[in-house]
Amino acid sequence: MTTLKMPKVDRKILKDKDQIVKDIYSFTNRKNVLFEREELKPYETDGLTAYKQTPMLVVLPETTQEVSKILSYCNRRKIKVVPRGAGTGLAGSALPLADCILLGLGKFNKILEKDYENRCVVAQPGVTNLAITHAVQDKGFYYAPDPSSQIACSIGGNVAENSGGVHSLKYGTTTNNILGIEIVLMDGTITRVGGKVFDSPGYDLLGLITGSEGLLCVITEVTVKILKKPGTVKAILLGFPTIEDGGNCVTKIISEGIIPSGMEMMDKVLLEATNNFSKAGYPLDAEGMLIVELDGTKSEVNELINKVAEIAKQNKCSSVKISKSDEERLKFWSGRKAAFPACGEMAPDYYCVDGTIPRGKLAKVLKEIRELSKKYKLPVANAFHAGDGNLHPIIMFDANDKKSLEKTEKFGADILKLCVKFGGVLSGEHGIGVEKRELMCEMFNNNDIQQQISIKNSLDPSSLLNPGKVYPILRKCAEEGRLHIHGRDKSKFSDIPRF
Amino acid sequence: MEETNQNSQTFLDFNSDILKPNNENDLQEIIKYCYKKDLPIEIVGAGTKNQIGKKLQCAKILDMSNISGILEYKPEELYITVKAGTPVKTVQDELKKNNQYLAFEPINFSELFKTDSNEGTIGGTLSCNFSGSRRFKVGSARDHILGFKGYNGKGEKIKSGGTVVKNVTGYDLSKLVTGSFGTLLVLSEITLKVLPLQTDTKTIIVSGLALEHSLGIMVSAIASSNDPSGVVFYPANFRNNFVFNDLTHPGSITAIRVEGTKTSTEQRINNLIEDLSLIDKNITVLDSIQSEIFWEDTRNLKVFSKNQKNILRAVIPASETINLISRLKTFHPTYFIDWGGSLVWLELDYLSNQKIDQIRKRVLDIGGYLTVIKSPENLKSSSEIFTIDPIKFRISQGLKKSFDPKRIFNPGKMYTGI
Ligand SMILES: Cc1cc2nc3c(=O)[nH]c(=O)nc-3n(C[C@H](O)[C@H](O)[C@H](O)COP(=O)(O)OP(=O)(O)OC[C@H]3O[C@@H](n4cnc5c(N)ncnc54)[C@H](O)[C@@H]3O)c2cc1C
Repeated sequence: MTTLKMPKVDRKILKDKDQIVKDIYSFTNRKNVLFEREELKPYETDGLTAYKQTPMLVVLPETTQEVSKILSYCNRRKIKVVPRGAGTGLAGSALPLADCILLGLGKFNKILEKDYENRCVVAQPGVTNLAITHAVQDKGFYYAPDPSSQIACSIGGNVAENSGGVHSLKYGTTTNNILGIEIVLMDGTITRVGGKVFDSPGYDLLGLITGSEGLLCVITEVTVKILKKPGTVKAILLGFPTIEDGGNCVTKIISEGIIPSGMEMMDKVLLEATNNFSKAGYPLDAEGMLIVELDGTKSEVNELINKVAEIAKQNKCSSVKISKSDEERLKFWSGRKAAFPACGEMAPDYYCVDGTIPRGKLAKVLKEIRELSKKYKLPVANAFHAGDGNLHPIIMFDANDKKSLEKTEKFGADILKLCVKFGGVLSGEHGIGVEKRELMCEMFNNNDIQQQISIKNSLDPSSLLNPGKVYPILRKCAEEGRLHIHGRDKSKFSDIPRF
Repeated sequence: MEETNQNSQTFLDFNSDILKPNNENDLQEIIKYCYKKDLPIEIVGAGTKNQIGKKLQCAKILDMSNISGILEYKPEELYITVKAGTPVKTVQDELKKNNQYLAFEPINFSELFKTDSNEGTIGGTLSCNFSGSRRFKVGSARDHILGFKGYNGKGEKIKSGGTVVKNVTGYDLSKLVTGSFGTLLVLSEITLKVLPLQTDTKTIIVSGLALEHSLGIMVSAIASSNDPSGVVFYPANFRNNFVFNDLTHPGSITAIRVEGTKTSTEQRINNLIEDLSLIDKNITVLDSIQSEIFWEDTRNLKVFSKNQKNILRAVIPASETINLISRLKTFHPTYFIDWGGSLVWLELDYLSNQKIDQIRKRVLDIGGYLTVIKSPENLKSSSEIFTIDPIKFRISQGLKKSFDPKRIFNPGKMYTGI
């Protein structure tokens, strides 16, 4: 992979490794401390596998008290700490540093309370997203945010990344669906933010921490809101002769005052790939396809789905299929959900980009992406949370070919710059991590970034918690000069203006 | 004259107690001036909520009402960007033209504080983060802000967020500044998420239920797939001096609102009546127009408007409502319950610091928090208005410092020392 600048390795810490291991033994069970090469291997990367780094140690604490002791110790000894949930993040936010303790929350895997009266679940951060829904579905409840990785990703990771899913259009992302967290600050302080109530008093720390990518604190408990399953859910498959028509249809549905629970678009490349893969019955003559899902009471869903079909017809749709059963609805989704493996069949590797644009700009942005695809000579398939403007172009490449990899990165960066140019943002749900940190300058100026960094400093003055993530570190002023970058090596996205 | 920005259209008289910028240039100049001179400023929008919070002693008032106007409204993208001093009413009127609205229901406190009758400015509404009865379904103001621009305590312009709903690009400062009562920065531009107006609203009113019975119904209603958007309980005592619509059945009022298409609201009302076994109770169903009146009165605390008494706001887990009400009996509050049990509004004849502390302790014990909304002037400097613990105080102090190092914005409004 192209070289990635990370904070300077503290050799003294590495030299003290044996002593550090011994010290950590006094905070947690010996078996929770991993330091052999082969033990560390599984932790050297997250979902962005292009970047790899073996951490100095992995520690897998079992209680909040242990987390507190470890952080407080690291704070005193100036040891960097990288929190990690399930390691499915796609922006390299959980990428280890050579001199860090990787703090894995995997042993925090229990659901602590199911509270139906207050419609919430209290879970440890290592519990998977889907396990929460599984725990309450017998009573007809579910947890709304549903990232595609929900079978594997942890709820703590979801909070840290403010993850979304196909139903975020109607139900919001993680930040709109949690009530409280327990956190440990870098100095070991344990505190609770929120609880089983709405809008905790004082500054909205819950809102600040959600989406902070493990830079502000370690999350040791999460209280999520649960919702009653809607009475009826139906989906409609709509084929369009052009992406523009599909885009217009999306705009029209929203303008008519309909907020579907999900509205996904796929382009022809992805349609073909996924249909071959999962036989979802997609209209293969279409250039673009929409899956629109509606939920609510039976009469409402029937009324609105017919209205959607009507709007689609006025917007030149070439095919309409309404699900007649839950099985059929799930079949509609099966192709969309198989987007990644289907692309995996088409090329040795794929790279999923994540940016958001105003939904009305869809056709224009897709057109430019197709042109970029020609320029870089790399195929791209497009999945799109059309309702909320979240774009997921999937670039197919061969990681063994170094050139192809470099081109892919450039292509990805160009797409994100496009998103910003069209009034959107660099990440809709995967976060910034190391992947996009240098692109932050596309959206923010020095004041904006310094303001954020000074918030970080107020909670973690020595910048020990997950440093090198989110904020550009090639700028002189970054992290208030605490990170020492040597040399002026060729960086990722080196053509991006810096300040 | 040295302090006056040359580009500024207005002559800024820094000697005046009230500084009223006409544009962002002025605004930035004022903040820079106050930063340089260490002058604390009280930030005021329309002044509709400035009685909430601790007493301020500021050298200057920053009047934001001229920083007003809609900058961009994209109905099909479901957002509107406005200058911070724009009246809420102006925004609501504009949205209405496109059948859209601010779903979090900004509260109009004017009946309570006897100020001009309006909801104030968008900046003020966001800074206070109070939301109406729809809270448990759609979130509060903080869930509807997509991005902002503003000035920190050094006069530096900063921004966060954008115009799109899905956004994980750096810390979500929009949430942090919402509900910060103007203590972190001066908002200049705000982008809000807007939603399509519901075509139909219906409200079931059940009269005469005892609190316990009503709460059972409220909790079941919210936990059902009938998706209510407002669930409130008024005890019987209000019926003597307040007229709810044209309701005739006596006793307490339990109200459940549903919104959606006409067929949907009808079906859901019928479901609720059946599921909650309401058929043999005294029920009335309000139509859209009547519902609007009922919920507007509820959101704006109309039942408290006659008396000039003290008002407290307790947010608690719904499972603890009965417990709280019984634990507060010794204080003889008048109360009503919103958010399906999670929000208790309390009215008290007489308030003292000790009483506030005692009530706060009872609220904290059950996992909730208390905010003093209205209290005698003489208590406002000595009593704790908002709830906080020592650790969060330390964190908040750090955050305040990172935005406003010289503590010039509304210093002490939320907490002494912040
Ligand atoms: C196939 C696939 C599909 C995906 N689909 C989606 C999708 O639809 N929507 C979406 O939003 N994302 C998606 N993702 C991305 C990813 O699953 C999410 O970002 C997820 O929330 C990460 O959770 P995790 O437990 O794996 O966290 P990790 O990857 O382990 O960590 C992510 C970040 O969170 C921090 N962190 C983790 N746990 C804690 C904690 N307890 N305290 C403090 N910080 C912590 C880490 O330091 C890191 O910065 C997908 C990923 C894959 C591989």
